[in-house]
Amino acid sequence: MSQATQQDAATGVIESVSGPVVTARDLDARMNDVVYVGDEGLMGEVIEIEGDVTTIQVYEETSGVGPGEPVENTGEPLSVDLGPGMLDAIYDGTQRPLDVLEEKMNSAFLDRGVDAPGIDLDKEWEFQPEVEAGDEVSAGDVVGIVEETVTIDHKVMVPPDYEGGEVVAVESGSYTVEETVVELDNGEEISMHQEWPVRQPRPAVEKKTPTKPLISGQRVLDGLFPIAKGGTAAIPGPFGSGKTVTQHQLAKWADADIVVYVGCGERGNEMTEVIEDFPELDDPKTGNPLMARTCLIANTSNMPVAARESCIYTGITIAEFFRDMGYDVALMADSTSRWAEAMREISSRLEEMPGEEGYPAYLSARLSQFYERAGFFENTNGTTGSVSVIGAVSPPGGDFSEPVTQNTLRIVKTFWALDADLAERRHFPSINWNESYSLYRDQLDPWFEENVTEDWSEIRQWAIDVLDEESELQEIVQLVGKDALPEDQQLTLEIARYLREAYLQQNAFHPTDTFCPPEKTHLILTTIKTYNDEAFEALDAGVPVEDLVSLDSTPRINRIGVQEDYEAFIEELKDHITEELRGMY
Amino acid sequence: MKEYETINEISGPLVYAEVDEPIGYDEIVEIETDDGRTLRGQVLESSDGLVAIQVFEGTSGIDRNASVRFLGETLKMPVTEDLLGRVMDGTGQPIDGGPEIVPESREDIIGAAINPYSREYPEEFIQTGVSAIDGMNTLVRGQKLPIFSASGLPHNDLALQIARQASVPEEEEEGEEGSEFAVIFGAMGITQEEANEFMDDFERTGALERSVVFANLADDPAVERTVTPRLALTTAEYLAFEKDYHVLVILTDMTNYCEALREIGAAREEVPGRRGYPGYMYTDLATLYERAGRIQGREGSVTQIPILTMPGDDDTHPIPDLTGYITEGQIYVDRDLNSQGIQPPINVLPSLSRLMDDGIGEGLTREDHEDVANQMYAAYAEGENLRDLVNIVGREALSDRDNKYLDFADNFETQFVDQGFDTNRELETTLDLGWDLLSKLPKEELNRIDEEFIETYYVDDEAEEVEATAD
Ligand SMILES: Nc1ncnc2c1ncn2[C@@H]1O[C@H](COP(=O)(O)OP(=O)(O)OP(=O)(O)O)[C@@H](O)[C@H]1O
Ligand SMILES: [Mg+2]
Repeated sequence: MSQATQQDAATGVIESVSGPVVTARDLDARMNDVVYVGDEGLMGEVIEIEGDVTTIQVYEETSGVGPGEPVENTGEPLSVDLGPGMLDAIYDGTQRPLDVLEEKMNSAFLDRGVDAPGIDLDKEWEFQPEVEAGDEVSAGDVVGIVEETVTIDHKVMVPPDYEGGEVVAVESGSYTVEETVVELDNGEEISMHQEWPVRQPRPAVEKKTPTKPLISGQRVLDGLFPIAKGGTAAIPGPFGSGKTVTQHQLAKWADADIVVYVGCGERGNEMTEVIEDFPELDDPKTGNPLMARTCLIANTSNMPVAARESCIYTGITIAEFFRDMGYDVALMADSTSRWAEAMREISSRLEEMPGEEGYPAYLSARLSQFYERAGFFENTNGTTGSVSVIGAVSPPGGDFSEPVTQNTLRIVKTFWALDADLAERRHFPSINWNESYSLYRDQLDPWFEENVTEDWSEIRQWAIDVLDEESELQEIVQLVGKDALPEDQQLTLEIARYLREAYLQQNAFHPTDTFCPPEKTHLILTTIKTYNDEAFEALDAGVPVEDLVSLDSTPRINRIGVQEDYEAFIEELKDHITEELRGMY
Repeated sequence: MKEYETINEISGPLVYAEVDEPIGYDEIVEIETDDGRTLRGQVLESSDGLVAIQVFEGTSGIDRNASVRFLGETLKMPVTEDLLGRVMDGTGQPIDGGPEIVPESREDIIGAAINPYSREYPEEFIQTGVSAIDGMNTLVRGQKLPIFSASGLPHNDLALQIARQASVPEEEEEGEEGSEFAVIFGAMGITQEEANEFMDDFERTGALERSVVFANLADDPAVERTVTPRLALTTAEYLAFEKDYHVLVILTDMTNYCEALREIGAAREEVPGRRGYPGYMYTDLATLYERAGRIQGREGSVTQIPILTMPGDDDTHPIPDLTGYITEGQIYVDRDLNSQGIQPPINVLPSLSRLMDDGIGEGLTREDHEDVANQMYAAYAEGENLRDLVNIVGREALSDRDNKYLDFADNFETQFVDQGFDTNRELETTLDLGWDLLSKLPKEELNRIDEEFIETYYVDDEAEEVEATAD
C-alpha cells in the first residue's frame, strides 16, 4: 500500500467498534480516504459519512481497540504503489509485501499496525531513457525502460495526471524509484514511482474488440471454450470441483506477458504452493522462471475481511498499469464470491438495507465495474495492451442460481461450469461441456485457423456434435442398457468416450499432460476422428460393432496426452488404427 | 479495575452494560451474580457508553445488580507443555483434579493469521492405516481434513482409529527422535457418552499422556462452544510452533459450534445469512480451520480433523458447505455403506484430499500411488454408476466389460474399504490390495496408469486365479 503522504491530518475519536467496522466522531475526511485507527495506527478506509460520524472499514484485526482512541486522516484515497518491483512480489490485500512484513514483524504470524510500501523505495534500478532532451511527451508516454525481471522490461511512463511537455533533462543511470529520471519544461518531474487510487480505472483511449485467444494449454478451454486476450471468464463450481487448479493452470501456462494472481479469501496453503512452485517452473513463453512475470496478492480467508474487499482492486490496478505498458495481462481472482461476501459482511455491519440473500444492493454494480476494467485497450501512449480477467465463483451448495453467480454471468463472456459429478468421477478438468460456453469462439476462430490449422472450427463442430449425441443416447442407455442400441449408436458412444477421456480430460499434475499446445489439442481430435471415420466405414462394410470397439490400437488414444513427442506417436497410432480396421473387411 | 452495576438489558446469551470508560472490542469480562458465582464473557460490541457482552456460561442468574468487571485484555490461554495429559472444561479450567497449571506464557486465543509467505507447503505423508484414506485420500502433516458425517454414524470410531494409528513411516524407520506427536481434543456439545468413548480410548491406549482435552459437553453452555476450539488451537499452535510437536487436533462436533454462532447472531438481531446462520460464518470458520499448517523453519505441525454431522445428511447445508470451501478436502462417512456393515463406512467418491498430489509418489510413498488411486476412482465410479442400470435391466443384459466394473465396485467396498476399525494397514499393503482389485480388469482398461507401472505391478494371472477359486 502506498504510504500516503501525511498531510495536515485531521484527527477524530473512535466512537464504536464492531469487528472490522469502526465509527469515529469529529473526523474531517472524504469518502475513501485512508485513515489510521487507534493507538496502534491500524490502517482503514472511510466508507460512510453521516453527520459528524465517519464509518471506517479497518484492514487489520480490531481486537482490543476501543472508543476514545484517536483516528488520523491521511487525506489520501486507498492507493497502490506502482513501479518496478511488483513482479516476483507477494502482497496482502492492501499491497503490503508479505515478505517485508515477515521481516518487520519478526514473526510468522501477521501482527498489526505495521505498514510497508508496495515497492522497495531504496533499491536502485538501471534506467535507460527512451526520450531525449527536446522531445515532447504527454501523459502515458514511455520515457524509459528498466529491466524489472529477466522477462519483463518495465516501461517508465508519464503519470496519467501530468500535463506533459518538453523534456529538459534526462540521463541514464542508477536510480531509486523516487528519484527523478526525467524533467519537463513545465517543472513536472517524472520518477519510476506512481501512485494510483485502486477504485478508479486507469485511463485508456478506447476498448477494442479482442481477436486473439489467451492460450491456456488446457484442451477443453482452448478447444471448446476459448477466452480472448482482454476477455472475461467465470469459473463457478462447488467446493473441490477444480476452480483453484484451473486458475493455477492458467497462471502457469497462459500465454500472457504478465500474470496477476489474486488469492481472495481462500486458503493459505494454496498461496504457499504458488510461492514454492512458480520459481521452479518455466514461463512457457520465454523459458524464464515463472515468477518473473507474476505478481501475487494473498489475502487468505483468515486475514482481515476489509482487506479482502480491497484486494481485488489492488490486483486490477496493478494489472492496468502493466497494460498501459503495452503488455497482455491475465488476472485470476480466486474467489470473487469471497470478495462479495466481504462486501456483504461490511454492509451488514453498516446496517444497510440488504438485497438478495443479504448481499448489498450494489453487488451487481460492483461486479460489473470490476469486470469492465478488463479488455483489449488502445492505451494513451499509442500501444495496445489487454487485461483478461478470470474469476472463480464459489456458489453456496453448488447452486448456480445464487446472486453472485447470476450477476457474474450477466457480465462475463466465457463460462466454464464446473460439475461436482464429473469431479467425483475424477473427470478433470471437470468442466461441463454441455453447460459451458464462450461468446468469443467465433471471433477467435480466424486466429486459430491462421495460426494452428484451417479446419479448427470444422473439426471442433464435429466433436461437439458427437458429444451432444452422446448425452442424448446416455439417457436411453440409463433405461435400457447399451446393448439395446443400434450398432451405429453404440459406435458413437465409443467415439464419445474417447473424446471425453483423451480430449476433454487432462491431468494437471502430469508433467507433460499439464500443458497441451493448440497443435496437440487439434491432433488429438484428428486421431479420434480418424478412428471415427474408419470405424464407420468398417461398420458399413458389415464388421460387427463388438469388434470395432475392442481394437488393440485405440486404447492408446488415451495415452497421447502424456506423450512429449506426440507428433510421431499420433502418426503411428493413426496408421495402426487404420490398418487394424481396414484389415477387418 | 472498575466495577459496574449498570446492566440495562439481558437478552439470550447477551448482556448490555453502560460504561463510562473506553472498553476494547473482544475484551474479557467477569460478571459476579448475587449468589456469588463469577461468569465470564467477552465484549462483542463497544460503542460510546454501551457494551454488548456475550456470556460464556449463559445469562441465567444475572440480574440488573450483578457487578461487571472489564479485565482490560482479550481472552488468553495459559500454555505450557504440562498441559499434556490434562483434561479441561470448555473454557480451559482443569476438571481432572490435577495440579494447578503454571503457564509458560499466556496466548491470545483469537490467534493471528499465519503469514502465507511464512508457511511451508505440507507434503509429508501421514499413514493412518486406513486404506480408503491412505490409498485414495492421503492425509499430510499440516492439513485440515474434516470428516463429513451424520447422526448415528461411526465418525468417532474413525477419528479414534486415525488418532491411534497415525504415523509417519519414514521417521519410524530412521528412529528419528525429533518431534513428538500430540493429540488435542476439542469437544463442543457432544454427549457425555461420546466424550467417554474418546476418554476411554485415550486411557486404554495410553494416548492421554500426550493429549490435551477440552470438553464442552451437551449440557454445558452453548455460547462457551465459541471459545473451546480457539483454546484448543491456541494450545496446538504453542505445542507445534514453540515446542516442536506434531499436533493432531480433533474438533467435534463443528455443527454444535455453528449452532452456537447462530444463537449469538440471533440474539444480536443480525441480518441472517443462509438458513439463519450468520453471514460471516465462512470467515469465522476460516479463522479456525486456517490455524492448521506448517511454518518454515519450525519443526512441528498442526493437523486438523474436524468432525461435523450434516443436518439431514445434506452436504449443501451451510455447515458442511462452508467447511468444504475452507478445508483441504473432506472424508465422507456414508449411511448406506454403514448399513452394509462396511467399517469404516467411507465413501471415497465425494471424499477428497487436496494435498494428496504433492504428498505422494516416488520418494514420498510409492511411484504408482497416484495412478493407482486415479484408476481406482474411475473404476469404482464406473461400477457405482452401473448399479442403477443393473437394477433395471439385470446383470445378464450387461456386457462383459460392464460386469467386470460391477465386480470391481463390490470388491472395492468389501475388500479395500471394509477393513474394520482395528486393522492398521501399511501403505504397501493398501496399494498391493489395490493392484489385486485392478488386475481383475483387463490391462487396456487401466488407461490412467503409466504403462511402466502396469508392467511392474499388474498381477497377470489374477483373472484366472479368481475363476479357479470360484470353481
Ligand atoms: N485438471 C485437474 N487435474 C487433476 N486433478 C484435478 C484437476 N482439477 C482438479 N483436480 C483435483 O480436484 C481437487 C480440488 O480442486 P480445487 O482445489 O481446484 O477445487 P476448488 O473448486 O478450488 O474448491 P474450493 O472451492 O473448495 O476452493 C484438486 O485437489 C485435485 O485433486
Ligand atoms: Mg479453490
